Amino acid sequence: MPPTAKPLLAASRLAKHFGGFVALENIDLTVMPGERLGLIGPNGSGKSTLVNCLCGTLHHDSGTIAFDGRRLDRVPAYRRTRLGLARSFQLPKPFRTMSLVDNLRIPLLYAVNARPGVHLAAAAIEERALALLAEVGLADRARRLPRDLTQVEMRKLELARAVASAPRLLFADEAMAGLSPSEVEEILGVLFRLNEGGITIVLIEHIMRAVMSFSTRLVVLVAGHKIADGAPDEAIRNPEVERAYLGE
Amino acid sequence: MSTGKFWGVSFAVAAALLALTRWQIHNEYFYFAGYVVLQYVVLATAWNILGGYTGYTNFGVGAFFAGGAYTSVVLHKLTAVPVPVMIVAAGLVAGVIGFGMGYLTLRLKGVFFAIATLAMAIVAQTLIVNWDYVGGSRGIYIIRPQQAPVFGGYIEYLFSLMLAVSWVAVAIARTVERSRLGLGLAAIRDDEQAAEAAGVPTLRLKLVATTLSGALMGMAGAPLPYYVTYLDPASSFNLSYAVNSVAMPLIGGMTSWIGPIVGAVLLGTIQQVATVTISSALNLLIVGLLLIGFVIVAPNGIVGLVAARRRAREGR
Repeated sequence: MPPTAKPLLAASRLAKHFGGFVALENIDLTVMPGERLGLIGPNGSGKSTLVNCLCGTLHHDSGTIAFDGRRLDRVPAYRRTRLGLARSFQLPKPFRTMSLVDNLRIPLLYAVNARPGVHLAAAAIEERALALLAEVGLADRARRLPRDLTQVEMRKLELARAVASAPRLLFADEAMAGLSPSEVEEILGVLFRLNEGGITIVLIEHIMRAVMSFSTRLVVLVAGHKIADGAPDEAIRNPEVERAYLGE
Repeated sequence: MSTGKFWGVSFAVAAALLALTRWQIHNEYFYFAGYVVLQYVVLATAWNILGGYTGYTNFGVGAFFAGGAYTSVVLHKLTAVPVPVMIVAAGLVAGVIGFGMGYLTLRLKGVFFAIATLAMAIVAQTLIVNWDYVGGSRGIYIIRPQQAPVFGGYIEYLFSLMLAVSWVAVAIARTVERSRLGLGLAAIRDDEQAAEAAGVPTLRLKLVATTLSGALMGMAGAPLPYYVTYLDPASSFNLSYAVNSVAMPLIGGMTSWIGPIVGAVLLGTIQQVATVTISSALNLLIVGLLLIGFVIVAPNGIVGLVAARRRAREGR
């Protein structure tokens, strides 16, 4: 990444309160193109709230968000997806009455086809959806309903649906929660491949082994505040981070 | 079957049904009862566009249905336009009501949305009760012509109009279901947050659904003043319209265009038979008992039950 590259995503002094509870306070965050950024923090530290604010699921109270130089503050979630900002959910949210291939047709129809100058025909959409399912190892389940999937397959579907919107930046929110070590490796493999394919990835995760092996930079949140931002090895040796994770 | 072909085939089926009844059935009561069943086919199909496809339960059916009926009353008093024109006008008025309701309430979800629609129906009823021009709380008599423009008897004429409206409603519902719009609505029903994250403009699509659903309900209500010849707010806003419109797709199946038809024909026919053989007071009891039965035996309705059995047979 050239040192002069402009950030793909830049959030400045972002704040979100729920009544008297401070969920986020003065968060500055930049994500550079092609980066693999790890976002960690104990439960309740504000990771998912931050992702929700950046993706438009929640409206932030103050501060600014810019994606590729364009302000997103009042842009609704679906338009952020169309601009190239996608997410997977911490608890998978499949379209339960649709087959896997139809799950992927939704972002292809509504996000990709909504972009200027793009019009994929029905056959091309089907082909692209099947290719994406094959990419995450779900080709043989394409016509099944999500209820037939195992937990790791559900996580893969969640990622595939996010990737189907052809994002430039992907937030993978606890994509490995509850998986066995070998399944974690599978998901990591998928994420590495996506990043190699040009997608910038922010990984929100509790599994430190996975975060450390994946991330080129680490951001640590505690109680709605950013306490560290830097190279992974340095960030986890930060005394504040040690205190947050290990106690006094 | 392609959408265009479906419109053609369903038109042929409706035309054949009309020809067959005109040829074989000369008992006026058949048309009298058949009109009600068809009216419920339209109401259930319309309700299902918002309730079944999109997952938003609308208990304000009365506002749209009576909105259509009172549009006809106003037109009847202003100028003698033919009933088909009244149906179109009622569809436009109820569509606007649907858009307004959607805009005001669609940020609500689940039970809160359902209660808001019920409240809206009560507000609409209160407005009509206090509007003297359309008869207010005492109601209004509509003197229908002795002879219909076609078919001779007026009830036969209204039956054929309601059959035409049913064809339009079913063809629209099927078109929506198989379209990009239908896929978007299904995504909203399954998970609205995930739909928005997948690029679906959820608010815009829900507004389309409320407008379309409201317009069709209004069209179902438009011929009502000519059918009953006396219209009052208590009967035209009756909650039974909402209960039936919810129950029929639930019993027939909510994820497909055919479910509301199956539910409306089954439940509507049972109610008509019960009305003349036992008592009309039993109608809601029948609905309640059938609902309990279907929730236990076939929670996805008759269409869902058939589809599940077919899947089991195919080993999927």
